[in-house]
Parts: sequence; C-alpha cells; structure tokens
Amino acid sequence: MLKKLKQQSPYHLMLLPSIILVFIFSYIPFYGLVIAFQKYNPGLGFNSPWVGWDNFEHVFNQPNFVRTIWNTLYMSAFKIIGGIVVPVVFALLLNEVARSAIKRTFQTLVYIPNFLSWVIMAGILLDILSSDGIVNSFLKLFGIGSIPFLGSPSIFPWTMIVSDIWKGFGFGTVVYLAALTSIDPGLYEAAVIDGAKRWKQTLYITLPLLMPTIVLMSVLSLGTVLNAGFDQIFNLYSPVVYQTGDIIDTYVYRLGIQQAQYSISAAVGLFKSIISCILVGVSYILAYKVANYKIF
Amino acid sequence: MIQDKSIGRRIFHAANYTILILTSLLCILPFINLLAVSFSSSAAVSAGNVAFWPVDFTTKAYEFALTGGKFFTALWISVQRVVLGTLINLILIVLTAYPLSKSNLKVTGRNVYMAFFIITILFNGGLIPTYLVVVKTGLIDSIWSLILPGALPVFSMIILMNFIRGLPEEIEESAIIDGAGPFQILTRILLPLLKPALATVGLFSIVGHWNSWFDGIIYMNNPVNYPLQSYLQTLLQSFEQIMLKSGTDYTQLLSMMNARTGRAAQMFLGAIPILLVYPFLQKYFTKGLVLGSVKG
Repeated sequence: MLKKLKQQSPYHLMLLPSIILVFIFSYIPFYGLVIAFQKYNPGLGFNSPWVGWDNFEHVFNQPNFVRTIWNTLYMSAFKIIGGIVVPVVFALLLNEVARSAIKRTFQTLVYIPNFLSWVIMAGILLDILSSDGIVNSFLKLFGIGSIPFLGSPSIFPWTMIVSDIWKGFGFGTVVYLAALTSIDPGLYEAAVIDGAKRWKQTLYITLPLLMPTIVLMSVLSLGTVLNAGFDQIFNLYSPVVYQTGDIIDTYVYRLGIQQAQYSISAAVGLFKSIISCILVGVSYILAYKVANYKIF
Repeated sequence: MIQDKSIGRRIFHAANYTILILTSLLCILPFINLLAVSFSSSAAVSAGNVAFWPVDFTTKAYEFALTGGKFFTALWISVQRVVLGTLINLILIVLTAYPLSKSNLKVTGRNVYMAFFIITILFNGGLIPTYLVVVKTGLIDSIWSLILPGALPVFSMIILMNFIRGLPEEIEESAIIDGAGPFQILTRILLPLLKPALATVGLFSIVGHWNSWFDGIIYMNNPVNYPLQSYLQTLLQSFEQIMLKSGTDYTQLLSMMNARTGRAAQMFLGAIPILLVYPFLQKYFTKGLVLGSVKG
C-alpha cells in the first residue's frame, strides 16, 4: 500500500497546486456563506452574531426582490426560446446555400459579436440606440418618432432579449450547421425519388435529425435560467428601468458591493446558488438521458 | 444534391439570400457605424449625420484616447493579465488533467479529486463570500486578484482530460518501459501531442481574460489598476466626468470632440485584439465543442 502511494506520488503532486487554489477561492467562500445566517460585522468576520433565517425573511418581504425574480425569469425565458429558434432557422436557411464559400462568409459575419465583451457591445448599443443614434435616425425616415429603447420600463426587457439573441445566435448557428452537414445526403436523394418536395424534406428529414442537437442545447440552457445576463443588464440598465430590468444578480451587486449589506446579499446569493445548482444538475442528467451527451 | 431550377425554387433562393444578407448586415453594421462615428467630427455626430462613413474625417478622438495615458495603462494591465493568466491557466490545466485522465486504480482518490473540482461548477459561494475571501487574502488592488481566483478553468481541464483519454495508451506504456516517470512522460511525450487541444483551451483563456471586466471593478479599489475592459466599462457611465477630471491639458482636444466620438474610438480599440485573433477563434472554438464532449 505504502509502496503504491509512493509510486503514485508524482500524480498527487501534480494535482496539489490546483487543489490549493480551488480550495482557497472556491471552497472557503462556501464556508463564507455562513454570513447569510449572521448579521455580518467586518470587524468580527465570519464570527459575527447568528440571526437564523432573518436575512431571508427580510429579503423575501421586500417587494423589490420579488420583482427581480419575476424579471429574471421573464427575460431568461424569452432569451432561451429566441436563442434556440433564431439560430435553428438561420442555420436551416444557410444550409440551403449551395456554395460553401458564401455559406462560410455569412457564418463568419454573424459569429463575430459572440466574442466581444458585453462592455464593448453595450458601448455600441448605447450609441446606436440613443435618441440621436442611428437606429432612431433610421426610424425617423419612416416617420416613427424616437423610441427610448433603454429608457422605457416597458421596452427595456425587449431590448435586452433582442440584443442578447443578436449577440449570441452566431454560436448556435455554428452548432446547428455542424449538425446539418452530418446528415446523410442519401436520405434527401431517396426522398426526391419518393417525390418529396423541399418543404417536406425539411419537415420529415432535416428537423427530426436536428432534434437531438436542439434538445441538447435547450436542456443545457436550463441551468442558466436564473442568470438572465448580468454583464448585459448591468452595463445597459439605469434606475429608470429597475422596475422591469433589475435581475437577481444586479440586485445582489447593488445590495452587497454598493450598499455593503453583505449578509442580506449573501442570503440572496445562496438562494440563487441552490436553485441554480439543482437546475444545472437536472440539465446534465437530462442531457445524458435524452441526448446521450455526457458532460463529465 | 439534385439541381432544381423551377420558378418557385428561384423565388425561394432570392428570398433566402435577402434574409441572410439582411441578418448578416444587422450583425456587422453597428460596428461600421461605431467606426464611422469614431472618425467623424463631434459636430457631425451630434447632428446625427453619421451613418456608415465618417463625416468631416478626423482622428482627434483617437489622439485624445491615446494621449490621455489612461488607455495605455489599462491596456498594459490587460496584456499582463492575458499573458500571465493564460500561462497559469494552461500550466494548471495540464497538471490537473493528466492525473485525472487515469483511472481510479492507477491514481488512488482520482474520483474524489474529480468530484472536488466538479462541485465548483455546480455550486459557488456567490459574489459576496468570494469577494470577502479575496479581501482576506490581501490580493485587492493586485493583478493576482484577477488571475488566482479562476486559476483552474474546470471546463477547459475536462476538455483536455477527455483529449488525453483519447490518445492511444501504447504511447505512454512504451515510455514507462523505457523508465520514464510521470513528469517526464507529461513534459516530453504528452505535451507535444496536446498542442491542438492546448490551442483550443488557450484561446478560451485568452478571450476570457481579455473580456473580463467585472472582477477588475470589484477587486481594484484604485481605478488606476483597472484592466482595459473595466476601464472601458467606466466610460459607459461617466464619460463626461472622466474627461473633466483628466486635467486642462486637453481642453483644445475636448472642444473638438464629444463624449460619443471618444467613446466610440476607445470601444473600437478595445475590440481590435479580438478581431485580430478572430480567424483562429472561429476555427478552434468549434473544435472545442467537439473535443469537450464524450459521446457514448
């Protein structure tokens, strides 16, 4: 036994640096979650006085907090649905293009926004969506008055949903296109002989064969339901649209970092982490069961 | 595929190309607008005359951005962060993935180690507890606060682990017979074979480090230490305030530009590195999708 361990020791040594770093920066914060049940005092640190579930009770009684949950779910749901439908349709249309050079050009163009940070995308959106920006100038040509894309509580969530899909659909397109190219062309030839028109081919061959990929992508996005895009919303929202635009993550940030209400903020964070963890776990199990995709 | 030249098919192709071109334009025109704004005079921009071509061409916005000093300071911090961060990511990924690619029999406790790392993607301590740990470790205001908390990207590690498992076992076995130890096998034999996979996870790290902005904002008390994306983030909210603070030397330049042209110039500069590596990104990111999964 000892000999075996000695023989193996190089492997364990290799793992050591990662284990130490992950322990410090991922596991000690787990312990730090105790402050969600304390009244945190920076002087006492994690030994602050215990208050039980008070922080949770306090936050769930805040109408603002309940509002952020609704906003989060609302925007997430539409982002996920649009983030599946748009790339699937775009990939199907792109797949009809015969020349591969043209296909690649389109793919290259729509994939670019995916790699830029939300800071830069927000810089662009703030500019083009401003009252004298190019989008409103364009709308003016059709006699449509200036639309406050980022300043109106009723429009803001939709600006977030559409711009999120806009930034991300190139990635989905690449994934679905890869799935489409792996479909056996012989199936289409057989369908043509049977007299199936293009539309029928899409309906009875392409879509069913694309289904596993669609299911996989939907299932994996389940784990992100409570995220709703902190990077995007943080950089684009303002107090005017808190009512419809504030999400759990932005709420935690304002409460914790700006107002230094560490305990309450940690309580909200813990609540979110637990639900997210369950959702991620379920999504991985579903991905394996339904799409036969093993993540670990 | 069988050629089909019916009228209906031609109409479809015309409509299809129109949709594809319009969608691609939607992805690319905002960037062209940003570029045009950055090279235009502030008067033309304020008047809403700038669309996709600069009006009253001027490079004043860039001169301002580059002489201010802040941009270069932030750029330098970002470069250091990307180089150091990616290097440390890659070292830890390799050192962790290799022992974990072995079975539980060869490396006792392998499954426990694996669970230890996977738990950190399923569940995290959240913003506040992690922030408090970084404060306690004394990394605040140091570049290490941007590198060490995410020193081991677990997903990338899993990608590499799966890649190593896909290599033929004979390679390692023959090296063991020649008397090579685990460290020698890793550095002399495996490392050269891992190049394509390392390119993929390395690009993940480069893009991740370059695009991160939020950690810079919370872990750096002094804005002088902000990496580029965090610095750009501050431009989103308070461009005018920053300009007022940066002294009177630029009063002349100030009169010739406004917030929008300056912001556009800096946003564009911040996007350039990503656009430069974009051809590689497109190639390797798609590859990463395939490498990361074990179908089975």
